[in-house]
Amino acid sequence: MARNSENTLDDAKFRLSTPTRIFGYTALFILCVISLFPIYWMLRTSLSTTRLLFENPTSLLPSHFTFGGFERVLGMATEKQAIAEGGSGASINFGQAFLNSIIVSTVITVCQVSFSAAAAYAFSVLKWRGRDAVFFIFVVALTVPGIFLLIPNFLFIRDLGLLNTLPGIMLPQVLMSPFAIFFLRQFFLGTNLSIVEAAIIDGANHFKIFWRIVAPLAMPQIVTLGILQFIASWNDYLWPFYVGSGDPSSTVLTVALGVFKAQTPQGSPDWAGLMAGALIAAIPMVLLMIFFGRRIVGSIQASGVK
Amino acid sequence: MSNLAVTKRKKPKGNFWVAVPFMLPALVGLGVFVIAPGIRGVILSFANYNVFTGQADFTGFANYIRMFQDVRFLNSFLVTMEYVLINIGIQTVVALFIAVLLHRFTRSHIIKGIVLLPYLISNVIVAMVWYWLMDYNLGLINSILDALSLHKFTFFSEQTAMPSIALINVWRHMGYTSLLIFAGMQAIPKDVYEAAAIDGASEWRIFRSVTLPLLRPVLAFVLVITVTGSFQIFDTIAVTTKGGPVMSTDTFSIWIAREAWGNNDFGYASAISVFLMVLLSVIAFAQTKIMSANQSDLDR
Repeated sequence: MARNSENTLDDAKFRLSTPTRIFGYTALFILCVISLFPIYWMLRTSLSTTRLLFENPTSLLPSHFTFGGFERVLGMATEKQAIAEGGSGASINFGQAFLNSIIVSTVITVCQVSFSAAAAYAFSVLKWRGRDAVFFIFVVALTVPGIFLLIPNFLFIRDLGLLNTLPGIMLPQVLMSPFAIFFLRQFFLGTNLSIVEAAIIDGANHFKIFWRIVAPLAMPQIVTLGILQFIASWNDYLWPFYVGSGDPSSTVLTVALGVFKAQTPQGSPDWAGLMAGALIAAIPMVLLMIFFGRRIVGSIQASGVK
Repeated sequence: MSNLAVTKRKKPKGNFWVAVPFMLPALVGLGVFVIAPGIRGVILSFANYNVFTGQADFTGFANYIRMFQDVRFLNSFLVTMEYVLINIGIQTVVALFIAVLLHRFTRSHIIKGIVLLPYLISNVIVAMVWYWLMDYNLGLINSILDALSLHKFTFFSEQTAMPSIALINVWRHMGYTSLLIFAGMQAIPKDVYEAAAIDGASEWRIFRSVTLPLLRPVLAFVLVITVTGSFQIFDTIAVTTKGGPVMSTDTFSIWIAREAWGNNDFGYASAISVFLMVLLSVIAFAQTKIMSANQSDLDR
């Protein structure tokens, strides 16, 4: 889809009446507020003192400003300090969890996208008998719900002795994703085959053609897919919870947040600490949106039309 | 399909052995982490599996018979349905509205980015932020109600917990869904709208008689995706109500996880998983059939 020729009905021919326009812009404004406000509230709470949150619960500014929430979450506060500010004294190693999340998301993204791109090449540029039948199996795999594979995959990882290790979390995702193959195949199918044929005449083999011609031509799509996959891995909870939550060395951020919340003794959780941790986990995604927003929006629209 | 240009220039030389190294990792991944566990999941559902010894005693349909007689089965079914209906119903209407706004009033990529932002934030974080906003004692919403001297609202009681959770996930997914629908609206040719505008049709009339009917295939696709995801709701409940109060948020996924990891009953949990997968397939199939029944609207 060409970027600047979007088929949006906002030109002169479709001039709207003034009341309609006011309604539309107001609705858009409210929509943006609804989308952003909870994220702001996370920031506001994370900079408050948990114990004193009740004093001005509707104020837009932090209640008794402090970095205590962040210090507790990052393990920089002593237990005494933490309890004084309304923390539970519980400690979660968020630094380790952050690192784990980076490792898991990066390894999954790089490996999965590379292997899926290679497979997509086999299902698009290369021609061989049975190709479409094999590809069809991947399309069917696309429709298998994750919850169905959860238990047997968990037992398999356990049989391998990989419970509570990072490889155990990453392994099922590393080799391929049906969606990635499907997505990249669409773009590889558009490859100009005369370039490929010319390269073959020049004596290039298919590894060279894939690596030097087809993949570089589709690089924008490959990068976009990588961003989407990174986001998905970063946000995953169910699988890393059951496979990795038994040991700090394999606890990822989303799981650590859950544990941090559960550690609160009965009564009110340490909201400032919890929101500080949530914010730390959300910031990479917000940064991705700021730097790659246009690309992410475009890719989701593209997945809708196809 | 658009691959005609590629397949036409057929060179049916058996390139199979060239293709093998390219797809080998993906084939191994498919075999080891989709097909094999798929088969193992079905086998386990007919067995009593001992997690500690790894021994499976086959019990025939015992797990399935037990499931259909279990009071939790009907409960999970109703609770999951309640979630899906509220979540998908409201989300689809809201997303349609947002898509029309994006279509009619703006070209801004920044606004689209802002609307999509909640979708980039993890379920777990979204659940916690809203759990906090909806907290009975200190949460913002109840504090505002209190300041206005209105009655406070209990968002996570037996009656309200499931609707609250469904609405939380509407917030996370509305932007994503609206972008999918928006993309479909862009595929509708402009001249259709021009004709309607010349005829003096009102905004509502244009939406009802032009946009909505032509959007049908896209809506069908969007609904299949969102309904399948919605049925598997887990994260939000796992970090907030954990199935309670009184099983009022005990959806299939939560129940499956509890049977497996809570009660070490992996065979029984597998039977529920198999049932859920069959249910999802039937629903997806029915949706595709119904929604594309008379798909002559826009043949392009």
